[in-house]
Amino acid sequence: MNKPPDNYAFNQKHLLGLSDYSREDILYVLEQAKSFREILDRPIPKVPTLRDKTIVNLFYENSTRTRLSFELAQKRMGADVVNFSASTSSTKKGESLKDTIQNISSMKIDMVVVRHRSPGVPHFLTQCVDAAILNAGDGAHEHPTQALLDMFTMQQFHSDLRGKKVAIIGDISHSRVVRSNIIGLTKLGAEVVLCGPKTLIPVQVKALGVDVSYNLEETLAWCDVAMALRIQLERQDEGTELFPTLREYHEKFGIKLDHLDKYPDFKIMHPGPINRGVEMESEVADSERAVILDQVTNGVAVRMAVLYLLSGGNRVS
Amino acid sequence: MLLKNLRPVSKSHKGDETVDLRIGDGIIKEIGNGLKEDKGEESHDFGGAFVSPGWMDMHVHLREPGFEHKETIKTGTDAAAFGGFTAVACMPNTSPATHTRDVVEYIIKKAESTAVDVHPIGCVTKERKGKSIAEMADMKDGGAVAFSDDGDPVYDSQVMRVALEYSSMLGMPIINHEEDLALSRPGHMNEGRVSTRLGLDGTPGIAEEVMIARDILLAEYTGGHVHVAHISTKEGVDLVRKGKAKGVNVTTEVCPHHFDLTDEEIDHQKFSTNFKMHPPLRTQEDVDAMIEGLIDGTIDVICTDHAPHAIEEKEVEFIYAPNGIIGLETAWSISNMRLFKTEKLDLQQLVEKLSYNPRKILNLDELALEEGAKANLTFFNTDEEWTFDKKNVRSKSKNSPYIDKKLTGRAVGIFNKGQLVLSQLK
Repeated sequence: MNKPPDNYAFNQKHLLGLSDYSREDILYVLEQAKSFREILDRPIPKVPTLRDKTIVNLFYENSTRTRLSFELAQKRMGADVVNFSASTSSTKKGESLKDTIQNISSMKIDMVVVRHRSPGVPHFLTQCVDAAILNAGDGAHEHPTQALLDMFTMQQFHSDLRGKKVAIIGDISHSRVVRSNIIGLTKLGAEVVLCGPKTLIPVQVKALGVDVSYNLEETLAWCDVAMALRIQLERQDEGTELFPTLREYHEKFGIKLDHLDKYPDFKIMHPGPINRGVEMESEVADSERAVILDQVTNGVAVRMAVLYLLSGGNRVS
Repeated sequence: MLLKNLRPVSKSHKGDETVDLRIGDGIIKEIGNGLKEDKGEESHDFGGAFVSPGWMDMHVHLREPGFEHKETIKTGTDAAAFGGFTAVACMPNTSPATHTRDVVEYIIKKAESTAVDVHPIGCVTKERKGKSIAEMADMKDGGAVAFSDDGDPVYDSQVMRVALEYSSMLGMPIINHEEDLALSRPGHMNEGRVSTRLGLDGTPGIAEEVMIARDILLAEYTGGHVHVAHISTKEGVDLVRKGKAKGVNVTTEVCPHHFDLTDEEIDHQKFSTNFKMHPPLRTQEDVDAMIEGLIDGTIDVICTDHAPHAIEEKEVEFIYAPNGIIGLETAWSISNMRLFKTEKLDLQQLVEKLSYNPRKILNLDELALEEGAKANLTFFNTDEEWTFDKKNVRSKSKNSPYIDKKLTGRAVGIFNKGQLVLSQLK
């Protein structure tokens, strides 16, 4: 089945991570996202679904595309939106996260979208306030809407992900994208292989139900989808490097134009922002095999679907 | 004072007989059956609770001076008495650090009126900076019982060598917080399956083990006594076991949470910071190895690493929360449930880990349960069911993973310094 069963009812209050979502929940969100994706193609891509809702985007870490994507999703649905970012906030005055969220919540907020560098912050917020909490990335833990939009994008060319082979390539240790993707993809029946230098792959990762390869050629020959992850350049400061040079990384783990000819089947994804010439050659990112910009468009639709469902729009009464 | 219906547990008592104890002038005057109270004599019926030589927790943080918002000597010793401890050794990461004799004496003076003996541990290095050794001999004369930079390791191997040589001249142990910082930072929990799942940076067991290995080699070379603080990994226990077999002067201790809980809790408890401490909760394999080490004697002591932190310090993002949990008031219950009730250790062995061994490591007099001996006693039971309710916590801080948990077995009181303290709930 590629859709939730007929008697299925969505009953989640928050989106803290895909670990709390069942296969049916995930399929249902993706199904809903399809309708919102269609709305985005209309001449006036707006619906009034959230016009009585107030949402705060609480970003304790820099983010451009995730925040823009959430904000657009909210505005296209008519919500009242306030943005809070750590650099302009009271955190500089030493206010605790608990106080901040309780103060914001006292202004009558329905939903909170949160990005923070500490894993577990969305869970912590559920203990502080009543609002629905949406995780927009907590440290290297989860980034559920990214994984949902990745799966949505994959569904556009593989409608059923069961048995599909997904390779995730790069900095696995420090990626929040990868954990949510592993959870989501394995729930939908896909096979996942992680590929990258051993020093960027966390210990005992196979316990998550994935395989590991240190050989890019082998991995690309195997996969239907190759998802490259961003190498965080700031981790290459002297003394903290986990691999010798970006040059060597690109040589061993960068996707190159030759690969596209050699292995004609796989699609290329990247959560962005790309380091051209590191994770992949520029021509690869711009090639027809890359669906990187589709991911971005789909991100708005997926976030609209999640906001809609968590606003209670579809709650069974 | 007459203390009735007690079952003694000591080196020479197995806890299988019931006696009465008469205490006067802080001395055990009489042990016998059916002792009659003298006219006007204070009398307490313990209803068959056990009595043993007073317990000692050789690893606590009383936080005074400097961090009185977390704990004071008064509240910390109240918690100790409630937990059945007649003595504690307190770690020197105070402010100012306990690195000179005057701070040692200040702590002792502050603790004078409490029923609990407070034995300060002095710093290994000046200002706990890890650079040059502190005035150990002077601190010993002031009453310090050991040296440690706990919270941080003595990281520099040459400093550790000098410290072991110097302290061995004084007959004193160095208690080292075993952590290779280059390997452990910026870890927030045990590195393993769970840290991988949760995306939290991990502190691998090897960060602890390489330091234990180093310190055993240094102890062997210098003839010093290294006491491995709060051991937590299987391999670490193996290293100590091998060191002991070789005749090295190495001892170690374990905290109840390390033989009770695993890193899975951080997932199950939704990132609760009351499960964040250093060393971190490890795996079931490590928990089993702690119990094995307690059984075969590799692990000498049960201690708590009682580490109070204020609510506002712990109620924050997981990665910003300080390490540490309180432990004095639950140590016996956890030991009882995990070690006695499961028949891993008998009561005599437990009293060895809670009283005889810590006192021996710190060169304090052995306590006896006999007529004429000093009355330094702990009273406890093994069957009482109770809940560790936040409002009854004696410690000033409430950062415990056992809050609201149903526990079995309680310390019901202590007698020390002429004072009887009964742990009745408020």
